[in-house]
Amino acid sequence: MAAELLRENFQVQGRNYDKAGEISSEIKVILKDLGIDAACLRRVVIVAFEAEMNVVMYADRGTLTLVLTDRDISLEVKDEGPGIPDIELAMKEGYSTASDEMREMGFGFGMGLSNMKKNSDEFCLESEVGRGTSVFARIRIDSHA
Amino acid sequence: MKLVEIKDLLKCEVLAGEEDLSVDVSHVVASDGMSEILAFAKSKELMVTGLTNIQSIRTADIAGVSAVVYCRGKQPDKNVIEFAKQKRIPVLVTKMVMFDICGILYNRGLKGVS
Repeated sequence: MAAELLRENFQVQGRNYDKAGEISSEIKVILKDLGIDAACLRRVVIVAFEAEMNVVMYADRGTLTLVLTDRDISLEVKDEGPGIPDIELAMKEGYSTASDEMREMGFGFGMGLSNMKKNSDEFCLESEVGRGTSVFARIRIDSHA
Repeated sequence: MKLVEIKDLLKCEVLAGEEDLSVDVSHVVASDGMSEILAFAKSKELMVTGLTNIQSIRTADIAGVSAVVYCRGKQPDKNVIEFAKQKRIPVLVTKMVMFDICGILYNRGLKGVS
């Protein structure tokens, strides 16, 4: 069993594009201060940022939980959004349901979920239409992919 | 190539990080899509984009790029420049379009990332 060293919960505010990404920036500072390896840190903050942007773009609110153990860093993101009807399709690079507003923000080009998966050692996406989506990602501290 | 050389080559105005232009870059990542930047940047690249909102600087910070060049002469809001200064990310703006910027930098030996 890995020893839990840190657990932080963050509230993600949906539709607030000005604040979008603040939590991921904060996570970057927290993990950098703890001396987490740069390559690992990069993977974690990319996953966090893409997940945070998805909550901001699609949901009214969500939560992001960061857990650091002596072996890995995990991120759990849960939102109260519309849910994803076809997860396989949503995971396909290039597939997007983004609005013009989202694209104007520089997001919604159908790469977010695949980026998150690519940067995780373990990735799980669950969703229920009308209820919301939850994402779990684990990144090993010794990973340099 | 040093940022200061890139500044002259692309006829840039420096909006943030004038003191950090001695930084060397060898690779470029260019896109208006922030997920593309996040997907391809390996760190320390020069980021070229036409997106001038706050998310461009957030993406630059998360992706760990060395500097940002805004193309087509687009000026970001003051809060974007302040945020870049806070994150110590040099920001330059040129009137050139992205195609020309990439062509000029490629000709000078800078590489893309894939």
